[in-house]
Amino acid sequence: MRPPVSRRSVLPGFGLSLGFALAYLGLIILLPLAAAFVKTAGMTWADFWAAVTSPRVLASYRITFGASFLAALFNVPAGVVLAWVLVRYDFPGRRLVDALVDLPFALPTAVAGIALTAIYAKNGWFGQWLEPLGVKVAYTPLGVWVALTFIGLPFVVRTVQPVLEELEPELEEAAASLGATRAQTFRRVILPAIRPAIITGFALAFARAVGEYGSVVFISGNLPMFTEITPLLILTKLEQYDYRGATALAVVMLLGSFAMLLLIQLVQRSSTRRARA
Amino acid sequence: MAGNVSTLAHVAKHRQRRSLQDPQWLRVALIGLALLFVAIFLVVPLVAVFTEALRKGVGPYFAAVADPDARAAIRLTLLAAGIAVPLNLVFGLAASWAVAKFEFRGKALLIALIELPFAVSPVISGLVYVLLFGAQGWFGPYLGAGDHPWLGAWANAHDIQVIFAVPGIVLATVFVTFPFVARELIPLMQAQGKEEELAAITLGASGWQTFRRVTLPNVKWGLFYGVVLCNARAMGEFGAVSVVSGHIRGETNTIPLHVEILYNEFNIQAAFAVASLLTLLAFITLALKNLVEWRHRRTLEAAAAADIRQFVNSP
Repeated sequence: MRPPVSRRSVLPGFGLSLGFALAYLGLIILLPLAAAFVKTAGMTWADFWAAVTSPRVLASYRITFGASFLAALFNVPAGVVLAWVLVRYDFPGRRLVDALVDLPFALPTAVAGIALTAIYAKNGWFGQWLEPLGVKVAYTPLGVWVALTFIGLPFVVRTVQPVLEELEPELEEAAASLGATRAQTFRRVILPAIRPAIITGFALAFARAVGEYGSVVFISGNLPMFTEITPLLILTKLEQYDYRGATALAVVMLLGSFAMLLLIQLVQRSSTRRARA
Repeated sequence: MAGNVSTLAHVAKHRQRRSLQDPQWLRVALIGLALLFVAIFLVVPLVAVFTEALRKGVGPYFAAVADPDARAAIRLTLLAAGIAVPLNLVFGLAASWAVAKFEFRGKALLIALIELPFAVSPVISGLVYVLLFGAQGWFGPYLGAGDHPWLGAWANAHDIQVIFAVPGIVLATVFVTFPFVARELIPLMQAQGKEEELAAITLGASGWQTFRRVTLPNVKWGLFYGVVLCNARAMGEFGAVSVVSGHIRGETNTIPLHVEILYNEFNIQAAFAVASLLTLLAFITLALKNLVEWRHRRTLEAAAAADIRQFVNSP
């Protein structure tokens, strides 16, 4: 008995392409990541717990997750305003600004790091004005926040922008003709429509910021217990040949990012379901 | 993806409707706010790179760029990108062909796994290769340490080192740039379906002919777009490469690592001069990206229009 012909694809290359893709994925991504988990599995629970909850490590979580959260939070209103201006208004240089928004994706992080440090250092363009006011940016948590805000800038803009473009003007017209003010229309009609995009953009910016290294290490000053981020602490432990300690921290961060990815998937799935309903 | 063409249409659409117009003061305030934000966070850092690079004039600028260590760093960066981009290009084509043209169990999981490297901190991307190939790693003992009776001897004889050497840099670069081509091609090929390929096969074309004459021309702009982004990340990667490099001047330094060394030696002008090369790369990337989005959108819109016509004409 032969299988029904229609079940088989006429197109060739399925085995070859999927086989190559899976082998490559396995060798380049999954096997190395598995090494981190296997290495940690060799630790006792007490050792693992001690490695991931020492005071210096806890301080690094606070600055990493705290600054990432605040940077992503700041990027929400800033990103919505930018997306709104780019979609709804016409002004000279609009296309240039639109292209520039992607700069943090395109500019190598080390370059962003040294440029931001030069600007916010004591004798820098902004630093020389801010320091007399008592605002120290470079080599403080505020500097970490500046770098992470830069890195996360495109995410909210690029998730909200297409939703605003697709928004039917009839909805807003209906609201206006029913007597709603512009502010009411924004709060009751536009905001609910772009809310899932805002949450996705926020989560992407946050996830990116948590793992960020290059742009932060220059401006943060890397002071333990103060501005030392978790990725740098992993590198420090590695340079001291504390492979287990470094890997344990990496596993905590990996689990955190996987949880974030799952959350983003859930938000997107629930918003598409709502859109279909 | 920024939609310049459709955005213009939307600006026009919204401008026609008086009821949807924001008051003049609000428009000016919001545009001002957006421009201020862009200026502070994007424009000023860009200007700072070139100002610092040219602080001592043109002579020292070119001296820093033409320095033998800088040239070695440029060569290594080109080598790493030259290996990582084609590898991930082949993977992207294979993965998108399998995902878009065939049905199989676990497809959603495969797509999710392809995006995985984006969720991994660059430092961790480097760390996992140290775990595999470092002196204490899984394969480490076979590479140079000489513990294994014949594998170690073979590695010693051929002087193979992965970590703190060029292979490690290439592997870390491959890891962080892994998703770029695949994630552009998969949705594009899925949207295009497989009717054209089926037609070609039915007309007697071989699988390879179909792929080269039908599929590739259809996805060429998406492919180019993915390669541009992949290359930008490959040449600019810092964290992952930093972990596996060992920072040996003139040997295992890429351009970003060379920038770091110069900066940490307080050779600020030279650091920014070399950094300006990477900034120019970012400009080229953004320009190509916008060009492709513009062309790409037109082909996509044309494809959509053709689809609609087909639908209308069918009985």
